Amino acid sequence: MTYIAKPKFHHPKLPLNDLGLTRRDYEGAMSTLCAGCGHDSVSAAIVEACFELNLPAHRVAKMSGIGCSSKTPTYFLSKSHGFNSVHGRMPSVATGANLANNSLKYIGVSGDGDTASIGFGQFAHAVRRQVDMLYVVENNGTYGLTKGQFSATNDRVSVGRKGQKNAFGAIDLAAMAIQLGASFVARSFSGDKDQLVPLMKAALSHKGFAFIDVISPCVTFNNHIGSTKSFEFVRDHEHTVTGVDYVPHRETITVDYEEGSVIDVTLHDQSRVRLRKLDTGYDLSDQAGALQHIMSHQAKGEVVTGLLYLDAGETELKEKMDMVAAPLNSLGVAELRPGMAALEKINAGLR
Amino acid sequence: MSLDETKSNSESRPRPPYMKPTDITDPNFFHKVVDCQWACPAHTPVPEYIRMIAQRRYTDAYMVNWESNVFPGVLGRTCDRPCEPACRRGRIEDKPVAICRLKRVAADYRGDIEHLMPEIAPKNGKRIVCIGGGPASLTVARDLAPLGYHVVIYDRDASGGGMMRSQIPAFRLPEAVLDDEVERILKFGIETRFNQNVDSLKSVLEEDFDAVFVGTGAPRGRDLNIPGREEVGGNFHIGIDWLMSVAFGHTSKIGKRVIVLGGGNTAMDCCRTSKRLGGTDVKVIVRSPFETMKASPWEIEDAQSEDVDILNNHVPLEFVLKNGKLVGMKFDKVAPVFDESGRRKLVSTGEEPLFFPCDDVLCAIGQENHYPWIERDIGLEFGEWDMPVVDETTFRSTHPKVFFGGDAAFGPENIIWAVQHGHQAAISIHQMCEDIDLNDRPAPNVTLVSQKMGMHEWSYHNDISNDQRYLVPHADKTKALGNIKLEVELGFDEKLAYDEAMRCLNCDVQTVFEHSICIECDACVDICPVDCINFTMNGEEADVRQALRVPALDLDQDLYVSEILPTGRVMIKDEDVCLHCGLCAERCPTAAWDMQQHLHNEARAKHQELARWG
Repeated sequence: MTYIAKPKFHHPKLPLNDLGLTRRDYEGAMSTLCAGCGHDSVSAAIVEACFELNLPAHRVAKMSGIGCSSKTPTYFLSKSHGFNSVHGRMPSVATGANLANNSLKYIGVSGDGDTASIGFGQFAHAVRRQVDMLYVVENNGTYGLTKGQFSATNDRVSVGRKGQKNAFGAIDLAAMAIQLGASFVARSFSGDKDQLVPLMKAALSHKGFAFIDVISPCVTFNNHIGSTKSFEFVRDHEHTVTGVDYVPHRETITVDYEEGSVIDVTLHDQSRVRLRKLDTGYDLSDQAGALQHIMSHQAKGEVVTGLLYLDAGETELKEKMDMVAAPLNSLGVAELRPGMAALEKINAGLR
Repeated sequence: MSLDETKSNSESRPRPPYMKPTDITDPNFFHKVVDCQWACPAHTPVPEYIRMIAQRRYTDAYMVNWESNVFPGVLGRTCDRPCEPACRRGRIEDKPVAICRLKRVAADYRGDIEHLMPEIAPKNGKRIVCIGGGPASLTVARDLAPLGYHVVIYDRDASGGGMMRSQIPAFRLPEAVLDDEVERILKFGIETRFNQNVDSLKSVLEEDFDAVFVGTGAPRGRDLNIPGREEVGGNFHIGIDWLMSVAFGHTSKIGKRVIVLGGGNTAMDCCRTSKRLGGTDVKVIVRSPFETMKASPWEIEDAQSEDVDILNNHVPLEFVLKNGKLVGMKFDKVAPVFDESGRRKLVSTGEEPLFFPCDDVLCAIGQENHYPWIERDIGLEFGEWDMPVVDETTFRSTHPKVFFGGDAAFGPENIIWAVQHGHQAAISIHQMCEDIDLNDRPAPNVTLVSQKMGMHEWSYHNDISNDQRYLVPHADKTKALGNIKLEVELGFDEKLAYDEAMRCLNCDVQTVFEHSICIECDACVDICPVDCINFTMNGEEADVRQALRVPALDLDQDLYVSEILPTGRVMIKDEDVCLHCGLCAERCPTAAWDMQQHLHNEARAKHQELARWG
């Protein structure tokens, strides 16, 4: 971590977005994480994505639980709403917030402990219900805040800093999200913003549950030789299935691609995800195929990254529950409390 | 990087010639990053002494200056300040650090320095003569006398200082400040031959000196040959001569209405002096547009704040006389017109000539060198514009024993250039006397030392001050205009000096990158407040500059390029607006970044005691 606040001076030629803001305007407080922590890069990627998407920060809500990862919402979008919940309970809080006010963009930031251990059950139901949010897991395979025990996502073969063996197999959160029915599932790497930023932009434009499992090395406890979540290992073993570019809806296509080499998927807000297909025959809309692909590469010791599964036609929670389109917090007393007559009618229907 | 790897079009792949890794053992690379020091002709280590001022080490700060620029008290008031437009602070916010005013602080608040003066070595038997007692000659004397040389200084005036004494009005430079710094050098056992005009170089050479240094300045003010000049008589004055006459107490009055011709610093001194000698309606009338006036912006500001009118785009046509007495001048109104090659011409607007009444005219339209006293048959070659042929590195003329420096060498410049010429000429003279090739110039003394004190502690203050440039307090205007000796600028007090010193970005504390331990985690890229760090594919410089996070369009500012990293990329840092805040080094998990002070002291004519300072 650093002990002085980041100077307010920015590069005089820093570009402005449509809101007249610089990237620096999307930053948060000074990070207190270890120097070199992957999580700070994920925060920087969120900053970059929100800046490029011209999101007004006050229309974003940052949700988190407990852990190194869950501290990070303080370090980006200081002008946004935020809720730092109980350990592992962020999905429930996010679900409730989402139902109360779905006019905000929800960014949930969680870690492998918060999501794959204590909050595993919560996570499963947020996915299953298609809560409209971007759910980022900053996955470093270790419990950093409690000094480096193996987490539930640490690979079986990945040894501890002092050579300790890992007795248990890993939970693959991306595979889990696909299985549970998330409509947007990706995996990326904190050390690769060229990939991570477009994925985040696409995820933030997606309607429904968008999940990104970001391998985010812990420089203090899990960045050694023998770890499968180190910068070096991920760089050497990364296997990208789909290259992703994000195309805002206003932008016309200017680059000529070879026919058949790219696929455009239009998202809910008419922006597009442009996929450069890298693995021939990979079908983004095929849940079973995606799972099989992840597992077969995992067997070879590779880490599959990129956009893994996308169903742009899936509906989100509020639609599924056939709720009123307006945010609940915008409704007046009359709508929220229909009165005795309405209650009598409902009661009568139950008799 | 995974995307880079997979882009199929070859365009994304770098093509030779790639940018070469930066050689940071070349002292010029980091020296150039210290913009102020690089821009200073004498290469004074500016951030070094500004930090000392912030620590209230005024004497140390003064000595850093004294070693480098010889006249800190004088320059802290009168320097042309090439450092300030170069200051990095001016590129990240509005205004540069008030470097010049801080230099004055060191001079104002310093303690006794007698014990810090160099020891004078026993005489080495060599005799050097300096003609002219201005800053260049005094610098030669200061550098050579401690080495054991017997130095003789000639000056036509009664005391040393040259143009610093005769041309800079006392309300900008109090006599006591000048006297102190001149006397300090004369005390090194200099033989002064003041009140003596040298009218023959040949006769000086006959005295068998080992070397002759000519530091006679550019003593002749340019005249204006337009109708009426012959007849105008005593109400027309050459600016520099008039200022000298005021400085030496020969002139104490001027007419109520004064026209000053010219737009340089001499014109500003003339108009402000006029205001103090009885001029009530003082106009500066200049040929060129306001924006291209030669005077320093702060001197123009000071003149304007003393109610001097400045009229631009007026070319003088004639002096108007009535009954043989000057009553005014006529001017042609012009406008600048640029031809295809971008050259400017001042073209008449065709309006009726304008008449301005006046009682006196001060002509400050330039200065010239003048060498009637140098014989042309002594082996000293003269070239273009009747100027001596002088080597730009050694400052030697075509006569092996004769050296030139200051305005005498290449025409009018300023004090700080004169000092630098003096240093270089002293090196040459010393090397000549020691039989060392003059072109074998001594290397600067350069050190690069880590400033790390602890995990996140540095030996410099890296928390950047957000303060705007502080204004220096001025004396009350009525009082100032009523007393020609009253210094107008009061200087910073200690509190203001501290606050201004804290605006310095410590550009000499360099970001040094060690590629072999970098794990490419991007932490430095994320934390850098000014987006100057990049990890990218190498390529041709023009392409690389465009492809950075913020394109590096200022070609005067270098890129710092690392060796190739494990992912095939290189680290490229644009030095342009780096705040030297050290956050890259604080965020780096492997200490691949370190903050190291690059201390650059220019070489001097070698001497043990002086070597302590440089």
